Order: sequence, then C-alpha cells, then structure tokens
Amino acid sequence: MVSRTPVDDVRVAIRTDADVVTARQQARAIGAGLGFSSTDLTLLATAISEIARNITTYAGEGEVALRVLDDGGRQGIEVVATDAGPGIDDVELAMQDGYTTGSGLGLGLPGTRRLVDEFELRTQPGSGTWVRLVKWSRA
Amino acid sequence: MAVPILKQGPFLIASIQAALTDTDVIRLQEDVMVQVGRYRSRGIVVDVTALDVMDSFVSRSLRGIAHMTRLRGAETVIVGIQPEVAFAMVQLGMNFEDVHTALDLEEGLAFLQQQLNGEPDAGG
Repeated sequence: MVSRTPVDDVRVAIRTDADVVTARQQARAIGAGLGFSSTDLTLLATAISEIARNITTYAGEGEVALRVLDDGGRQGIEVVATDAGPGIDDVELAMQDGYTTGSGLGLGLPGTRRLVDEFELRTQPGSGTWVRLVKWSRA
Repeated sequence: MAVPILKQGPFLIASIQAALTDTDVIRLQEDVMVQVGRYRSRGIVVDVTALDVMDSFVSRSLRGIAHMTRLRGAETVIVGIQPEVAFAMVQLGMNFEDVHTALDLEEGLAFLQQQLNGEPDAGG
C-alpha cells in the first residue's frame, strides 16, 4: 500500500519560465532530503523541467504538485503537472520518439518517460493535460 | 540572470553561473552572436559546469549557438557538462554529436587554439 505524506506536499504555480526552475529546485530539495542519489535528482529535475515547460509553452499557466510517497520499503516523489490548456490532440503521436526521426510532436514526453519510474498522461483536447511522474529512491 | 561573456584573445568565454531560465538562454544566444561580430572572435567556450539540468530547451539552444556561430566563422565548444547531466541528456534523447565538447575550460581553450593553429592561413 502506497501512502502519501501530506506534510511534504509542495505546489508550485507555473506561469513563467522562472517557475519552471523553482519547480525542479523544489523537487531536488525534497529528493535530497529523502537521500536520492545525485543522478536520480538530476533525472527527476530534468523530467520536471520538460513537463513544466510544456505548461508555459502550450497552456500558459498551470501547476506542478510534488509529494512524497512511501510504499513501505522505499520512498518516492510524485509529480503531478496540470493545466487547463488546449490539451493534446494525438497522444499516440506525442508519445512517439521523434528526436531521431523528426516525427513526434516534440513535446519531450517520450524522453521524459525514460527519466522516471512511472509516467502517466491524461489529456482532453480543449480542456487540459494532466501528467503524473514518480521517481523512486534506489535505497 | 545574464551570463557574463569574457573576451580572451581571439576567443569568448561564456561562463554560466547559475540555473538558467529560458529567457536567460535566449539572451545568451543573442549576446554571443553580437559579441562574435564585435570582437571578430574565432571561437567560443560555453562553460556549463554550474548547470544542474540541461533539458531539451537548453540543449537545443546550446546547439543553436554552436551552429549559428559556425555560420559566422567561429567554433563553439561546450565544456563542463556534469556526469549526472550527461546521463540525463542521453536518457532524454538529446545528442550533441555535431557540437564540440570538452571536459573543462582549459581543455576547451586548448581545443579552440588547436583549431585556430590548424588553419592553413593562420600564418603560423
């Protein structure tokens, strides 16, 4: 059973590119407190940077919420990025790896998925996008 | 925060001091292009040692600097990519295959000097 630790909830409003930096620095601080490795902290911060930038670029504004998960043996950080922007019309295309072929939508989502342990995307054209990432500690 | 760009002989050194916002990165691109023309620079070192994240935007922008300055006759070398950052870049799918990189500032400057010396019309 995965429990959540409410005291560790951090919400970062994403409106400007400076907020993107704040969101990933907050996650880094939480992860450092949990004993994440330097590499995992960097992978998580990079993933947050990608999804938070999609908010500023495509939706204008939104939010990144961070919370600590505990599944009994290990701890993780859950990142939920939400916006009420235009959504993604073709999720399959958005998840296609386009960095070598030029296909894909260039949202950085396939790359972001490789940086984290769990990746979930829900979107509705016209009513926004919800992305959930989890990075677990390797302890 | 603006990235300071120092002139050292025929080269420019752009030394990134802290986390960059997208706005900072775009400004760095513009500043480097202006200074390459102003100082007739032959090479640029961009020192990213202080960067803890190089996401797709930063990576693309640095590649952009390298490509744009090359069109102006100056080579760019990116130095100081941290090991964790390199790991994340590869996972993310960013490649720097067409961009010169070096371990640190010293190696970067040595590389640029070598490029300059290697030119047939360098006079040396």
